[in-house]
Amino acid sequence: MTLQVEIAKTHLLAKPKQTLVAMLGVTFGIGMFIAMVGLMTGLNNFTEELTMTSSPDIHIYNDITQARSSILTEVNPDGLNLVYHQKPKKETLRLRNALQVSEVIRRDPRVLGVAPTLASQVFYNYGPVQLNGSISGVDILEEDKLFDLRSKMKSGRIEDLKANAEGIIMGTGLARKLNVRTGDRVVISTPEGYTMPLKIVGTFQMGIGTVDNIRSYANISTVQMILQQDQSYITDINIKLRDLHQAKAVAPEFQSIAGYKAEDWETANATFLTGVIIRNILTYSVSITLLVVAGFGIYNILNMTIYNKMKDIAILKAMGFSGGDVKRIFMIQSLVIGFVGSLAGLVIGYILSYAISKAPFDGGDLISLDHFPVNFDPKYYIIGIVFGVTTTAVAGYMPSRKAAKMDPIEILRG
Amino acid sequence: MEYVLRTHKITKYFYDPEKFQVLKEIDLKVNRGEFLTLMGKSGCGKSTLMYVLSTMDTDYDGELEIAGERLTGKSQNELAKFRNEHIGFVFQFHYLLPEFTALQNVMIPALKLKRYNRQEIESRAYEKLKMLGMQDYATKRASKLSGGQQQRVAIARGIVNDPNIIMGDEPTGNLDSYNSGLVFDIFRDLAHTYHQTIIAVTHDEGFAHNSDRIVEMSDGEIIRPQENPGD
Repeated sequence: MTLQVEIAKTHLLAKPKQTLVAMLGVTFGIGMFIAMVGLMTGLNNFTEELTMTSSPDIHIYNDITQARSSILTEVNPDGLNLVYHQKPKKETLRLRNALQVSEVIRRDPRVLGVAPTLASQVFYNYGPVQLNGSISGVDILEEDKLFDLRSKMKSGRIEDLKANAEGIIMGTGLARKLNVRTGDRVVISTPEGYTMPLKIVGTFQMGIGTVDNIRSYANISTVQMILQQDQSYITDINIKLRDLHQAKAVAPEFQSIAGYKAEDWETANATFLTGVIIRNILTYSVSITLLVVAGFGIYNILNMTIYNKMKDIAILKAMGFSGGDVKRIFMIQSLVIGFVGSLAGLVIGYILSYAISKAPFDGGDLISLDHFPVNFDPKYYIIGIVFGVTTTAVAGYMPSRKAAKMDPIEILRG
Repeated sequence: MEYVLRTHKITKYFYDPEKFQVLKEIDLKVNRGEFLTLMGKSGCGKSTLMYVLSTMDTDYDGELEIAGERLTGKSQNELAKFRNEHIGFVFQFHYLLPEFTALQNVMIPALKLKRYNRQEIESRAYEKLKMLGMQDYATKRASKLSGGQQQRVAIARGIVNDPNIIMGDEPTGNLDSYNSGLVFDIFRDLAHTYHQTIIAVTHDEGFAHNSDRIVEMSDGEIIRPQENPGD
């Protein structure tokens, strides 16, 4: 143990209360940082996961609300044309050549899975109960590849759908509202007036109310039949990429291949992601504020210590300690305060996070959540300790440098 | 005769509140093993001179040489190292480090110098305390000792590295007559038995008159003696 360390240690131990108070400042700052980051990133991850389960990385569909050029422009392309309040053209949602497009996209090495689907608004009738909802015609095995349906099944198996041409897999929320269970038959009616009885072969729960309360899955051919459409009628192509962060870059490429709008998940869930960004900003600004406050605490205490130790510093310098030696003595003190304080902060933060993760929280009908989601990623614990030690080092440096520069003669002459 | 300290035309100004010459071309030679006291009225520059001699004050003109080494113009870090090895200090207000024991206080300059290993340092420090009759207080905290005891520990600390010179700024200024006598006896013993050079600034007539040589200063000049005895 070097002499500087020994002197620093003696100083710290001589005033245990003061040392403890300085450490508590850091401990509190880091503890709150860990707890907040844990909760916020936990929530972020949770919502991101939810988003991913409900929306594909890239979604290709026929956007009939897109502005179309007027017939006048086609006839008279060079003229100055003004068409006021154009009425939308009667158009189906059909994607032409959807299956061929799917094949082309499937061959792209960046793509993990492609699922052509068709969806429609329907009414579900069970006894006197009539509910509005939607039905998706899917290749259930492809859909499972994209959204991991298998793990979300509450009853029945996804293979049962494949085997049963008149089967559907229903969202748990919808099933509860209709008061039906697996094995029951419900009658589906389309806006066009076509009705058909279907058998429930299973139920699923995504964890998002807006999906679980309205959606059912059926085979593509079943839905085509309900809608009285031919076998090439497909309204949507859902794509899953190997790297979901490529979606934004890849989407325009697929848009030009398909000739229809390709929307990436980030655009589709912009509101969700804005929430994530705002939460991150909030977390870091509050944490930084806490640490800066803790840093000022250390700065103050060290300043006071040095003021009280002026005579000691003077005599140390007279005895042959250089300015660097003196600086080291006080830097060691602030680093020890920072390190031990941060370490205690990590422990406190972990305990707080654990307590929060066990606190009951009712997510309501919208999301299935009974506890707060908390992130225990060690990354944030590393950030916490690095941040804590850095702050104390900066806070300790200024008073330490002052001590190093102090002229001993003025003190010694009294 | 061997000089342990020699100055050549040391001149120093104070600039605050206005320019004022505190030291006027001081030439001083100190022999090895000499017990020298610096006397003079308040403000005559004796303390200022001592701090120049101690190498802590580097803002002067002229030259300073200790133990054959020219110290003028050296960096603060070099001077700190030099002080550690060659100069011991005893001040009016004892200035022990209050959180440390008497023994630890004595050991600190030696631990800084690292001439010996820790165990040797501890036994040497204990020896010095014994020499000053403080061995029974070795493990006591410095803040628990009386003024006279603290000053004896401070002297032990001053001599632990066997320095060339011990410098004292009013070493008895804050002590009663019994302890003053004790400290004086220790200084004389160090000088005569151990051939330790001592330079002390003092107001205490009795203390000064029993030293080997009195250098009296007035208005920044040495007024008595005119010449060093060795010349």
